Amino acid sequence: MISSSSKVILEVRNLSASVAGVDILKGINLTVRAGEVHAIMGPNGSGKSTLSKVLAGHPSYTVTGGDVMFQGKNLLELPPEERAHAGVFLAFQYPIEIPGVSNSAFLRLAYNTLQARRGGEDLDPLEFNDYIREKSKIVEMDPSFLDRNVNEGFSGGEKKRNEILQMAVLDPTLAILDETDSGLDIDALRIVANGVNKLMTTNNAVIMVTHYQRLLNYIAPDFVHVMRGGQIIKTGDKALALELETRGYDWVHA
Amino acid sequence: MSSALETLINRPYEYGFVTDIESDALPKGLNEDVIRLISSKKNEPDWLLEFRLNAYRHWLTLTPPEWANVAHPKVDFQDMVYYSAPKPRKKLASMDEVDPELLRTFEKLGVPMSERKALANVAVDVIFDSVSVTTTYKDKLAEVGVIFCSFSEAVKQHPELVKKYLGSVVPTGDNFYAALNSAVFTDGSFCYIPKGCRCPMDLSTYFRINNGESGQFERTLIVAEEGSYVSYLEGCTAPRFDTNQLHAAVVELVALDHAEIKYSTVQNWYAGDENGVGGIYNFVTKRGLCQGVNSKISWTQVETGSAITWKYPSCVLIGDNSIGEFYSVALTNHHQQADTGTKMIHIGKNTRSRIVSKGISAGQSNNSYRGLVKVSAKADDARNYSQCDSMLIGATCGANTFPYIEVHNSTAKVEHEASTSRIGEDQMFYFASRGIGAEEAVSMIINGFCKEVFNHLPMEFAVEATQLLGLKLEGSVG
Ligand SMILES: Nc1ncnc2c1ncn2[C@@H]1O[C@H](COP(=O)(O)OP(=O)(O)OP(=O)(O)O)[C@@H](O)[C@H]1O
Ligand SMILES: [Mg+2]
Repeated sequence: MISSSSKVILEVRNLSASVAGVDILKGINLTVRAGEVHAIMGPNGSGKSTLSKVLAGHPSYTVTGGDVMFQGKNLLELPPEERAHAGVFLAFQYPIEIPGVSNSAFLRLAYNTLQARRGGEDLDPLEFNDYIREKSKIVEMDPSFLDRNVNEGFSGGEKKRNEILQMAVLDPTLAILDETDSGLDIDALRIVANGVNKLMTTNNAVIMVTHYQRLLNYIAPDFVHVMRGGQIIKTGDKALALELETRGYDWVHA
Repeated sequence: MSSALETLINRPYEYGFVTDIESDALPKGLNEDVIRLISSKKNEPDWLLEFRLNAYRHWLTLTPPEWANVAHPKVDFQDMVYYSAPKPRKKLASMDEVDPELLRTFEKLGVPMSERKALANVAVDVIFDSVSVTTTYKDKLAEVGVIFCSFSEAVKQHPELVKKYLGSVVPTGDNFYAALNSAVFTDGSFCYIPKGCRCPMDLSTYFRINNGESGQFERTLIVAEEGSYVSYLEGCTAPRFDTNQLHAAVVELVALDHAEIKYSTVQNWYAGDENGVGGIYNFVTKRGLCQGVNSKISWTQVETGSAITWKYPSCVLIGDNSIGEFYSVALTNHHQQADTGTKMIHIGKNTRSRIVSKGISAGQSNNSYRGLVKVSAKADDARNYSQCDSMLIGATCGANTFPYIEVHNSTAKVEHEASTSRIGEDQMFYFASRGIGAEEAVSMIINGFCKEVFNHLPMEFAVEATQLLGLKLEGSVG
C-alpha cells in the first residue's frame, strides 16, 4: 500500500447530487492519493456511475451539497472540458457512438486541445498517426479501429478497449473507470487490465467501478469501497472484495 | 454547457447591413405596364417582351403551390418592388468605375471583385438587387470562347443563344414562381461554354439583395456545348430587414453530348431573427437538362439561410448514359423552414442518378427533404441511389423525408436509404469529458455528417461552407 504521506489528488467531502429531482448521492466521502488504486463496488443502482459522472461534470446531475477538491482546484466549479484539461478522465460504462467522426480525428483533437492547455506541441495528422499507433499497442488495439468512426458499430468489448486507448492518449492524473471490465472477454480483460497497469505511475491514480473480483486480480486495489443507497458504507482493502465475492452485499452495513 | 451551445448556435448574421446607395426603383406593384417598363428600361427586343407577357398572363391563372411542408402568410405580390437598380453614375468601362460604396459592400462580404484581388482564379458576376454590377475576367474567358456575362448583356450581344435556350429547360408556365420570374426577371448570369472547351476557371455569381422592398428575380442560363466542362458557383446574402422578401430565381442548365456542368451553391440569405421575424422567402426553380449522350449535371448546395427555402434542383436525363447528381446540406435554425430536395427524371437509356441529402435542424425549425425519382418506360437500365440523412439538434425541431419513386421500366434499379440522428447531451458530454468544448464538438459532428457533400464543393467553397455551418450552429444542444 502507498504511504499515506503521498499527495492527495482527489478529496470528495460529503458530496450529494440529484438527477431529475431525485436524490442519488447522499454524502460521499473519498480521499484519493497519488499512486493509489480505489475499487468501488456495490449493488446495481447504488450510485456508482452517478458518482463517476458527477466527478466528470455531466450537466444532467445537480450537486446539492458538499465539495470536491482536485489537486487544489474546486472541481465542481469547472465545466466538464476543463475538468478533462485538469487531468480527470472518465471511461464510460456505456461509451457513446459518434457517427461521421473518425476515431483518430477525435483523439487528435482531444490530444491537441489538451496539449495546448499544457503548453505542449501540437501533432499534425502524420505525427499523430505514429503516436497513436504506439499507444494502440498498450491495449493491443488493431490500428484499423483508428479509421473507423468513434465507437460506431464497435462491439461492447471493443468500446471498452477504445476507452482505455483514449486514457492512454490523454494520460490523466485521475482515471475513473466505470465497469470497464464488463463486456470484455477473458483475454481482453487481461490485455486491458495490463494496459491500465502500464499507465499507472506514482503521480496518478485510478478509481475503478466494478462488480467482479476478476478485474482486481489483475489490478490490485489499495482500497475497496462499498456503495449503497448513494453512500460509501464500507471501506476495506483487497480482502473485502474477496469477501464480497463469496458473501454478496447483504451482510455489509455502514 | 447547454448555454454554451445556445450561444454557439445563435451567432448573429454577419451580412445584415444595408448599403446606402442611390437606386433607381419602380413603384410597388405588378401589372402589364410594369413589365413593359422593365423591358423598356432594359431596351429589350420584342420577342423578350412577348416572352414576359406570355409568362405573366399564364401566371395570373396559377395559384401559389401549397403542397410544401412550410407555412407562411400569403405573399402580397402587389406590395413588392419588381425593379431596383443601383444608379450608375455613368456607363462603367472598368472595375475602377464601380461605385466605391458598392465595392466596399462586396469587400465586406468577402467577394473578390477587384481583379487584382481575385487570386482564387474565379471569374465573378455580381448581381446587386436586380442588376448585374460587374463581371470579372471577361476578356480572359473570351480568349477561349467562353461567354460569361450578365443576362441583360447576353440578350444584347448573343440574342440567338438566349432565344434558343431561354425557357427551354424551365418553361414559362412550369410553376407559379417560375412563371412570375419569367415575367419580371431583371438580370442574372449567362454562361456559354463552346464545344470541347474545359472552362479554365470557376465561374461565380454573387447575389445580393439590398433594397428592403424589392423582390429578387434573377435568371441564370448555362449552356455547355459538346464535350465541354464548367464549374459554376453561386453565393447569396441579404441585409437584415424585419419584412419578408421574395427571392424567386430560375436557373436553367443545358449539357450537350459529353458535356459536364457542376453547379455549386452556398445560400446564406438573411434567415430572419431568432423569433422568426423577417428573412428571405427563397422560392427557386433550378433544373438541368442532360440533353446529350454521356452528359453530366451535378448540383451541390449548402443551404443555410432564408426564412423559407423551397427548391428542388433537378436533372432531366434525356441523353443515353447521362448522369445527374444532387448533393445537399440544408441547415435550419430558429424558425427557419426548408422544403428542399431534387427530381431525377430518367428518360434516356442507362442513365444514372445519385442523391445525397443531409438535413440539419436546430431550434424550432423544420427541415424536409422532398425528392422524386422517376424512371420512364424507355429508360432501360436506369439506376438511382438516394441517401437522405437528418440530424436533429435539440428537441424542438423537426425533420421529414418525402421520397417519391415512380418507376415505369422493370430494368430500373432504385435504392433509397434514410437515417435520423440527434446530437444529444450525452454526445456533447462525451466530447467534453475528453476536453473538447461544445463549439468544436458540434462542428466536428456536423462536418462529419456533411463530409460526403462538402467533398463535392470546390476547395474555397468547402472551407467557406464549413465555417458557415459552424457560425450558424453556434450553441444549440440542450
Ligand atoms: N436521469 C435519471 N433519472 C432518474 N433516475 C436516474 C437517472 N440517472 C440515474 N438514475 C437513478 O440513479 C440511481 C443510481 O444509478 P447509477 O447509474 O449511478 O447506478 P450504478 O451504481 O452505476 O448501477 P450499475 O451497477 O447498474 O451500473 C439508479 O436508481 C438510477 O435509476
Ligand atoms: Mg453504473
